[in-house]
Amino acid sequence: MSVPSPFAGPGPDAEYRRLLAEGRFCIQRCRGSGRYVFQPRVLSPFTGEPTLDWVEVSGRGTVYSTTVIRRRPEQGGDYNLALIDLDEGCRLMSRVEGLPPAEIRIGLKVRARIARDRENAPILVFDPAESA
Amino acid sequence: MSGIRGTSAVVGIGLSTRWDAPGRSALELLAEAVHAALADAGLRLDQVDGLLTGTAVHFMPTLSVAEYLGIRPRFLDGTMIGGSSFVEHLIPAALALDAGLCEVALICYGSNQRTASGKLVSGSEPQPYEAPYGPRNPITGYALAAARHMHQYGTTRRQLAEVALAAREWARLNPEAFARESTTIEEILAARMVNDPLSVRDCCLVTDGAGAVVMVRADRAADFPKPPSYLLGAAAATWHRQISAMPDLTVTAAAESGPRAFAMAEVVPADINVLQLYDAFTINTILFLEDLGFCPKGEGGRFVEGGTIAPGGRLAVNTNGGGLSCCHPGMYGLFPLIEAVRQLRGEAGTRQIAETELALVHGNGGQLSSQVTAILGTAATL
Repeated sequence: MSVPSPFAGPGPDAEYRRLLAEGRFCIQRCRGSGRYVFQPRVLSPFTGEPTLDWVEVSGRGTVYSTTVIRRRPEQGGDYNLALIDLDEGCRLMSRVEGLPPAEIRIGLKVRARIARDRENAPILVFDPAESA
Repeated sequence: MSGIRGTSAVVGIGLSTRWDAPGRSALELLAEAVHAALADAGLRLDQVDGLLTGTAVHFMPTLSVAEYLGIRPRFLDGTMIGGSSFVEHLIPAALALDAGLCEVALICYGSNQRTASGKLVSGSEPQPYEAPYGPRNPITGYALAAARHMHQYGTTRRQLAEVALAAREWARLNPEAFARESTTIEEILAARMVNDPLSVRDCCLVTDGAGAVVMVRADRAADFPKPPSYLLGAAAATWHRQISAMPDLTVTAAAESGPRAFAMAEVVPADINVLQLYDAFTINTILFLEDLGFCPKGEGGRFVEGGTIAPGGRLAVNTNGGGLSCCHPGMYGLFPLIEAVRQLRGEAGTRQIAETELALVHGNGGQLSSQVTAILGTAATL
């Protein structure tokens, strides 16, 4: 049986979305360097080779930066947008739910959850992590 | 001597200062600026044989501009790295002139963003890993950077407001600036929040307008009517495209482009007489002062306190009023370049910085994504 080419078939973007739809939050880890990568890619930026494997991750992270995007109440009101540093060492954009937007602070410990957007597509959001 | 130091010079500059131009298209505004730049250089349109341009409204801007102007350039460049593109265009223009690929290089840009949309919105394609969270690009990325800078270094909203106030005070000395009403720190701080911690007064203007610059080889630069502004150093750098991919939101790739441009120019920050920094948002000025070596990392907020960069301050920054108060037609890169040339020529009127020999122009594009530093000087600096 031949090994499938990393360049054939649906790519890493599609695979990320497929895993998310299955309820699994996975990111890629570089086989060569052991480092995690986000966004999903074909080539590892650390080796320049297709050395990326999917790994289901904890979803634990920390708010790296945050903003309140102001919006008129009739359009849905203010909302949060944040950059999250995953414990695995990479960063992504998301939002933190479960707190008023202005109360979300840099340094807040958070945990990933797969929610559904208005079109019922899976979307990764974060909740404040329960204090230990 | 390294790279392209001193091999080319700007000999013509032109603007369309119709910052609010209902009924005028981007190309119509651009043509006015081109006409002014060529007149400034004493050249005719049919002498232009190198074209470097970009717009936010054309798929193939270089072709649309060449056709509209009615020229057949033999050197084309349409590098699109956001608002810094037109500072970056200095590099291929200098290379092409030096190699004899063209004799007269025209860098030009026009926009009717204000009358077309009136909003500070990006024309960019949505980023798949960011768009679902509703960023208001470009503002959101800069708000995230400002929030992180405040968290890490204690930078305050009042310090951001100092940047906006300094820009306005410069604009009040510039009869061509769009926003010239007097203001105060308190007024700026009381403005409507857009993306915390940035208010509407931390954001650049949304105007129409256009700019154009004519470059030639240094060996013929002295043959034109105006004193040449020689390109001494220029460098571009990029570390990310999306704000979520920026390695450290408090350090831009200006920390790389700046040192490379200084090394090529064979000067240091203390030598620079006037700085024109791409101030799409107040945090930009603070980040670039740090990253370009005018103050230590993290000190930018404290550095700008008390009018340091305002008229009469220790360091002349954004003497035209900047993107915050002079103009910001979608992409701003050509306008700080044109102001730098005016300062080098001594044409800046009541805002002129005496004995200006060296000017730094810094372009920014995307969400702090592309950084381009250029250093220009008078003949005395060659």
